Amino acid sequence: MSIRVRYFASLREKMGRVDEHLMAEAIATVGDVWKTVDEGRPLPDNLLCAVNREYADASTPVRDGDEVAFFPPVTGG
Amino acid sequence: MISIRESAFDPYAELVHYQNEMPNQAGKYGATSVFVGTMRDFNEGDSVRALWLEHYPGMTEDELSRIVDETRSRWPFLASLVIHRVGRVLPDETIVLVAVWSAHRAVALNATQEIIEALKHRAPFWKKESLAASERWVEHNTPG
Repeated sequence: MSIRVRYFASLREKMGRVDEHLMAEAIATVGDVWKTVDEGRPLPDNLLCAVNREYADASTPVRDGDEVAFFPPVTGG
Repeated sequence: MISIRESAFDPYAELVHYQNEMPNQAGKYGATSVFVGTMRDFNEGDSVRALWLEHYPGMTEDELSRIVDETRSRWPFLASLVIHRVGRVLPDETIVLVAVWSAHRAVALNATQEIIEALKHRAPFWKKESLAASERWVEHNTPG
């Protein structure tokens, strides 16, 4: 399974990268994706996430080829 | 219409242009409501020299479309225009324009407010402020 993970704004700076590709079979949900990129830690409450450009949460399932994004609260307008 | 802009725009010229181009609406609308958000040169007690506005290309446009569609299902307006800046923004430049055209004022006024509030809470944009000697990410929007 291949997942593209993207980071934005302050989280992008904290992670030190704009995106990465995960090749893993043990990923079923957005929460699993986060654990894979953050040394097993659960998705923090203060981060938002999206799957294929639509808001999601830690329990949202992911499939091969999905784009999963993590970012801080939004501050537009 | 939804538009993301990488350079400065004049919201009032955009309004005139869009209204003149709207198909088959002349004579149909009796109310136009407009919100213009402009960059301040202060925030949380500090002088702000510039903003960097980041977005999530693709999702930002999709989320704005969802916001406009959801608002239109509650307030059946005739037309709407949403323009938002990204990139480097200087004080006094327009950050966002929301305009709604409807037959009567209640729909236009309420839809405009719902769209700008939902945009602030949901649309993936992030502001980074340049202060005199440092930079900082804005962590939350003001409540109103």
